[in-house]
Amino acid sequence: MNQTRTIKVENIARIEGEGKLLIKVRHSEVEAVHLDIFEPPRFFEAFLKGRHYKEVPDMVSRICGICPVAHQMSSIHALEQILGVTIDPQVRALRRVLYLGEWLESHALHVHMLHAPDFVGTTDVIQMTKTYPEEVQRGIKLKKLGHEIMTVLGGRAVHPINVRVGGFYKSPKKADLADLIERLKWGKEAALDTIRWVSTLPFPEYEQEYEFVSLQHPDEYPVNEGRLISSQGLDIPMSAYEEHFVEEQVANSNALHSRVKERGAYLVGPLARFNLNFDKLAPIAQQAAQEAGLNGTCNNPFKSIIVRSIEALHICDESLRLLENYEEPDKSAVDTEPRAGKGYSCTEAPRGLLYHYYELDEQGLVKSAQIIPPTAQNQNKIEEDLFRFVSENLEMPKSQMTAKCEQTIRNYDPCLSCATHFLKLEFDEE
Amino acid sequence: MTTGSVIKLPILIIGVGNYFRGDDSAGLLIAQTLASKNMQGVQAVEFDSDGTGLLDLWEGVGRVILVDAVSSGNKSGRTYRFEPLAKPLPSSFFSTSTHNFGVAEAIELARALNCLPSRLVVFGVEGTNFKMGDPLSDEVESALPYLIEQILDEVEKLKQD
Repeated sequence: MNQTRTIKVENIARIEGEGKLLIKVRHSEVEAVHLDIFEPPRFFEAFLKGRHYKEVPDMVSRICGICPVAHQMSSIHALEQILGVTIDPQVRALRRVLYLGEWLESHALHVHMLHAPDFVGTTDVIQMTKTYPEEVQRGIKLKKLGHEIMTVLGGRAVHPINVRVGGFYKSPKKADLADLIERLKWGKEAALDTIRWVSTLPFPEYEQEYEFVSLQHPDEYPVNEGRLISSQGLDIPMSAYEEHFVEEQVANSNALHSRVKERGAYLVGPLARFNLNFDKLAPIAQQAAQEAGLNGTCNNPFKSIIVRSIEALHICDESLRLLENYEEPDKSAVDTEPRAGKGYSCTEAPRGLLYHYYELDEQGLVKSAQIIPPTAQNQNKIEEDLFRFVSENLEMPKSQMTAKCEQTIRNYDPCLSCATHFLKLEFDEE
Repeated sequence: MTTGSVIKLPILIIGVGNYFRGDDSAGLLIAQTLASKNMQGVQAVEFDSDGTGLLDLWEGVGRVILVDAVSSGNKSGRTYRFEPLAKPLPSSFFSTSTHNFGVAEAIELARALNCLPSRLVVFGVEGTNFKMGDPLSDEVESALPYLIEQILDEVEKLKQD
């Protein structure tokens, strides 16, 4: 190998958003790996100061075109904690379905259009369509089903406008849901077909050691509520988030890196939820997982494509059940009055834990806000994975190395639109 | 109602962009202006999600006009008109979207799946300010009225089809 070599590759494809990856190799040893992330949430934290709490959910939904509901839900739960609000059980169920609709849209996109091309040997989904037209069509239809859930419950699919502190502006009539119920029945079958397909893809024998972190609820697969737990024994209320997790500035990166105070890098998202909450998945999803060779444990990041597909099946199954049992609430929303205080919330965005913190004054104006998106939390772990991969494959030709680094990043489905600007890969070797 | 509406009118105008990234808001601002004109048979929507969502938006609509910001290194404020049914878009032109699966990729995916609208015209405006929190540049702001006129002319042409 040459002693001095610099490789630059711009625009890593097929992830949500853009960012920059820098890999430094010195004398045949990897010195550093930095995923450079610009964080719009920081911009929003400043932007939210002085705004009325009722404006917050619609404002934060603009942080991301892929995860608007996630930001709405984390903000609403934190604000409702301050205001002492208890919502109607049917409103709670509708929020859950709305959020699961966002998961479905995100997972269907990543599984079929962004991640699958890595396993079938094509450069992108446009190429893949030639050999897998049925699978791509199914992915688009599943994504569209998520989009329809968000349209019906959220008022529109991108940046839903029907969500408010205390509930919804307008709750749907039972008749409004009839079409969705039929479509979700199709969705269950389609998600099963996707699990069967992705479980036959070629996976490398590759396992990572993870500290998985997710919410855990006693009766449900985690979405909006629960305690924060980890595979290393963490078990805390959401309000203790900042006592156990820290964000640090790292050289060569704009982004703050999260870690568990006592230990280090951790992972949030579908793999974490799956490993920590397997027994809360719908029985049909548990069975499909077992048939796909996953008995409740998965430490292979490449197989996250199967886990997302299993979650897609769970989403359809649970949403179907919740909508079939839906009764129109007496009131769409609980009235709220301004109150000073601090509120904390973690919810499960499609890509994992999304933390929002707010402090309000007596008039209900935001005094301070903090938002920590899942991709920023996973950044350390993605870098560790890249570090290991590059260290083990230093002799690999440049083009192959670049492709494999991109694939490693895609395994984690980073939503860099939440967390970055342009993604460029810079390989700096001496 | 804007994005996500199920009402399908004969002509759909889609403005693509991001309000918080300076010149990338151009498409959204144009869609907003055109929506406020309440033109008969024309729906204008704002769109800032991933490109595959465009396929859902134009499903069942025959005539579509799409407008987005462009970053190709040309002079700021320059406007473009493309007919992607005849020739694929230069994908590097539309890479400023916050999502890598952008306009050009969505059009090519739709082509591969045979679900392009029967008429599709794409307008672009060259920008320079794309960072989060950037303001709209003077050049792009000045180009917006001209681009809106161009789009209104295109609507008239499409109505004749």
